[in-house]
Amino acid sequence: MLDTSHTFDRLPQAAGIGYKAQYFTDLMNEPGAVQWLEIHAENYMGDGGRPLAQLRALSQRFAFSVHGVGLSIGGEGRLDADHLSRLKHLNDWLRPASFSEHLAWSTHDSHFLNDLLPLPYTNDTLTRVANHIDEVQSALGRQMLLENPSSYLAFDESTLTETDFLAEIVRKTGCGLLLDVNNVFVSATNLGTDPISYIDAFPLEFVGEIHLAGHDEEVDDHDRPLLIDSHNREVAEPVWALYSYVIEKAGKRPSLIEWDSDLPEWNVLEAEAQRAETVLSGVSA
Amino acid sequence: MNVTQRDFHDAVLDPKSDRPNGLSDGTGQPAGRRFDVYRNNVAVSLTEALETAFPVITKLVGESNFKLLAGVFLRQHPPASPVLMLYGAEMPSFLVGFAPTQSIGYLPDVARLEQAMRESYHAADATPIGPALLQNTPPEALLASHVTLAPSVRLVRSSWPIYSVWAYNMIEGAPKPAMAAEDVIVLRADMDPEPTPLPPGGGAFVETILNGATFREAVDAGAAQAPDFDLTKVLSLLIGAGALTKLETSK
Repeated sequence: MLDTSHTFDRLPQAAGIGYKAQYFTDLMNEPGAVQWLEIHAENYMGDGGRPLAQLRALSQRFAFSVHGVGLSIGGEGRLDADHLSRLKHLNDWLRPASFSEHLAWSTHDSHFLNDLLPLPYTNDTLTRVANHIDEVQSALGRQMLLENPSSYLAFDESTLTETDFLAEIVRKTGCGLLLDVNNVFVSATNLGTDPISYIDAFPLEFVGEIHLAGHDEEVDDHDRPLLIDSHNREVAEPVWALYSYVIEKAGKRPSLIEWDSDLPEWNVLEAEAQRAETVLSGVSA
Repeated sequence: MNVTQRDFHDAVLDPKSDRPNGLSDGTGQPAGRRFDVYRNNVAVSLTEALETAFPVITKLVGESNFKLLAGVFLRQHPPASPVLMLYGAEMPSFLVGFAPTQSIGYLPDVARLEQAMRESYHAADATPIGPALLQNTPPEALLASHVTLAPSVRLVRSSWPIYSVWAYNMIEGAPKPAMAAEDVIVLRADMDPEPTPLPPGGGAFVETILNGATFREAVDAGAAQAPDFDLTKVLSLLIGAGALTKLETSK
C-alpha cells in the first residue's frame, strides 16, 4: 500500500527532472534544485519489484507527474481500454500531482510503434482528439495536460495551425497544456517558422507544465537543418532563450528537464535543473 | 491527398516501401527523407528495447547480428501493447524458426531464461512464510499440503546448459559451458532476480509445485526424474530466497 499522507496535489512552480532509476540514491540524499519528478507511465505498469518500490519511497518526498507515452490520443482508432485502465490504476495508486499525454498517435491496428507519430490539423482530427481527451479525463477523473509535438514534416491536408488546434482542444475539453519548449524550437526550425510567433500564439494561460530537453542536429534532402528531439544531451542555448521568453511572459511554471538516453552523471543533470530554477527565480509569480 | 494512419504505419514498418504522399517540409517541398526520422525512431527504439531484454542473446550472436535479427523480429512481432517491459515474449519461438541462428541450438532456451528474468523483476511482491512453519508441520501433513511459490519465481527447463551459457556471458570468471541439460529456477530474494541451476530432480519437483499438486506429488516427481533427488537442498534454496509464500495443509 502506498502511504498517501504526503500526497502533493500540485506540481511546484519549480524545476523537476524525468526520473531514471540510477538517480534514486542522489534524489533521496542530495536532490539539489530538483523539486519534483516525472515518470513515463508505461515503465511503472508491472505488478511489483524495484520500480514500484522506488516510487513508494520517492513519493514521500517529491511531487510526481505521470507522463503517458503510449495512449495514442491522436489515433484514428478507439483508445485502448486496457491501457486506459492501467493508467487509471497507476494514477489511483500514486496519486500524482499531474497527468499528461501527447498530441500524437502511436498505435494502429493494435500495433504499438513506440514513437510519437504526427497527425494533420483539421476539423476532423480536432473532433477525434477532443473526444479522446474527454474519454481520458472522465476515465481518470481528473484534468490532463496535452503536450505539443516535435514535427519533422507537415501534412498538406492541415487547415489549422498547431496553436489554434491546441487552443480549440482546451476550449472543447477543459484540458490543460504541457508546453515543450524544445519541441517548439525543433518544429519551428524544421518547418521554417518562427518560434517566438508560435509562443505568442500559444494559449499560455493554460500551461500547467513546461518541458526542456536536448536535440540532435541533422540535415534533410535539401541540406536544410533537421533537428531531432533526442533527449540525449543538455538543453540547447536557443531553447534556454526561448524558455526565458516564455517564463517572462507566462510567469513561473513547473519546468522539467527531460533526459532519456545517454544519461549523464547526476551533477550534470542537477545543473540543468539549477539553470531552469535560476530562470524561474528571475520572475515574480 | 490525405495520409491515413494505415499508410503511415505500413511505410514506417517497411523501409523499402514508398514514403506516403501528402507530406511536406513545411515550405512546400516534399518531405522526402524527413519521413525516415519516424522509421528510424521506431526501429531503433524497439531494437534497443530488445537489446536490453536479451543481453545474453546479443552477446551470443554479436551486436551487429542482433540488430539485424531485431529488425526482422520487430516487423514480424510489433509490440501489441504500449507496455514494453515484457516486449519480446515471442523471441524464443521466433529463434526456433530463424534460419541464420539455427546452428546455435540453445539460443531459444537461453531467450526463455532471459524473458523469465524480466518477468520475475516486475512480478508482484509477496511475504514469505517463516521457516518455523515448515519445521513445525508434521511430515505427513506437510506431504499432503499445497505449497505456493512467490509470484517472482520462474522455472526454465532445458536439455541445454542454459545456466552455464548465461553465467559464462554475464558473470566474470564463470567456467566455459559443458554439454548438459539444465533446469534453472529464477528467484528474487529482494529486488534482483537471480537464476540458479537446480540439483537433479529439482526441475520436476518445482514444476509439479507450480502446477498446483501436493508436496507429496512434487517429491515423487523429483525422485522419478532423479534417484538422487535431494529435497533438503531444493527446499533450502527456496526458503533462502523467500520463495515459499503459503503452506496449505489439508485436513
